[in-house]
Amino acid sequence: MKIREITGLPDITTLVPPQTPDQEISGGYASDLLSCVMARAGAGNIWVTLQTHPNVVAVASLLDLAGVIITECADIAKIDAATIEKARTENVALFATPLTTFTIVARLARAGVPGIDEG
Amino acid sequence: MSLLYLPVEFHLHTVLSACAEIEMIPPLIIRQAQRLGIQWLAVTDHNSAENARAVMEAGARAGIVVLPGMEVQTREEVHLLCLFEALEPALAWQEQVYQHLPDLPNREETFGSQLVVDAEGTFLRFQERLLQTSTSLSVEQVVTMVEAFGGLVIPAHVDRPAFSLLANLGIIPPGLNIPAVEITPRLTPAQALERFPQLAGRALITNGDAHRLSEMRGRTLFQVAAPTLAELRRALAGVDGRKVWVT
Repeated sequence: MKIREITGLPDITTLVPPQTPDQEISGGYASDLLSCVMARAGAGNIWVTLQTHPNVVAVASLLDLAGVIITECADIAKIDAATIEKARTENVALFATPLTTFTIVARLARAGVPGIDEG
Repeated sequence: MSLLYLPVEFHLHTVLSACAEIEMIPPLIIRQAQRLGIQWLAVTDHNSAENARAVMEAGARAGIVVLPGMEVQTREEVHLLCLFEALEPALAWQEQVYQHLPDLPNREETFGSQLVVDAEGTFLRFQERLLQTSTSLSVEQVVTMVEAFGGLVIPAHVDRPAFSLLANLGIIPPGLNIPAVEITPRLTPAQALERFPQLAGRALITNGDAHRLSEMRGRTLFQVAAPTLAELRRALAGVDGRKVWVT
């Protein structure tokens, strides 16, 4: 799955579009503990989390992730403006959805994105 | 000016915290502090300061200064110690916290009772609302608001695998105004720096996070002119001869 295809999924809003839309997503990771993400996620991964803190972008940038999907976000206005601004300046693709992490991960898996600990 | 040398315990739960033992009542907390030589305390129940007055009164009778405080849980599930100079701003802050807590009843059979007591430890009433859950406030919002009430924020037990600034947010947000961070007694400051290099240059304190009397420690020592919040800030900044050590 290419990162630009995230934009086409139903119920997903693109907050900051990917800079390299044809980049292949190398794997998926879901956690709300940023220390775990720092320890386990890797370059090119898509990260699914309900955290909206600006540090989400800092970690995604640090790890060179393909992008971040913020879940359980029914109201985009509730995301810290600093988070979106930071994603813009650091060129981190950022998406939001009202759906849960479970649902989004299941959809990504059906679309062929592997977990970081499989194939 | 002669400086005092005060062992402290700044992370202390009373029977208002559902997870605390029933022995955590003001007279027993103060008695244990006296036994351990702890001369400066802060009361930091989960998302509430309703027993702060009682512990302050009990402390005053024994000549032990008690700062009113709280261990607030942010929307990122980060635990932050909030310390205040006086009861009034602590209670004003509590109002803010209550407005940002979900209005849910405490389930005593699951979590335990939340008891409000007086300085003698006599039961006054139950706190019926659920305290031990996340507020809708971010880490940054808590720091800004507590500052506005004249208080200061110290991230709690940052080396713990959950409910901690480092576990939950990975890195200390740049520009966050925190004068110190708390580490658990499980590791020394040197070990903490080795495991978390980003703590370099920050003042570290250790507390027992006492939910029972035996967990009170007094392992952090302050050299200050008086047990006040202003002096605490100076010691954490290491200025004017004020200092802090973890023993």
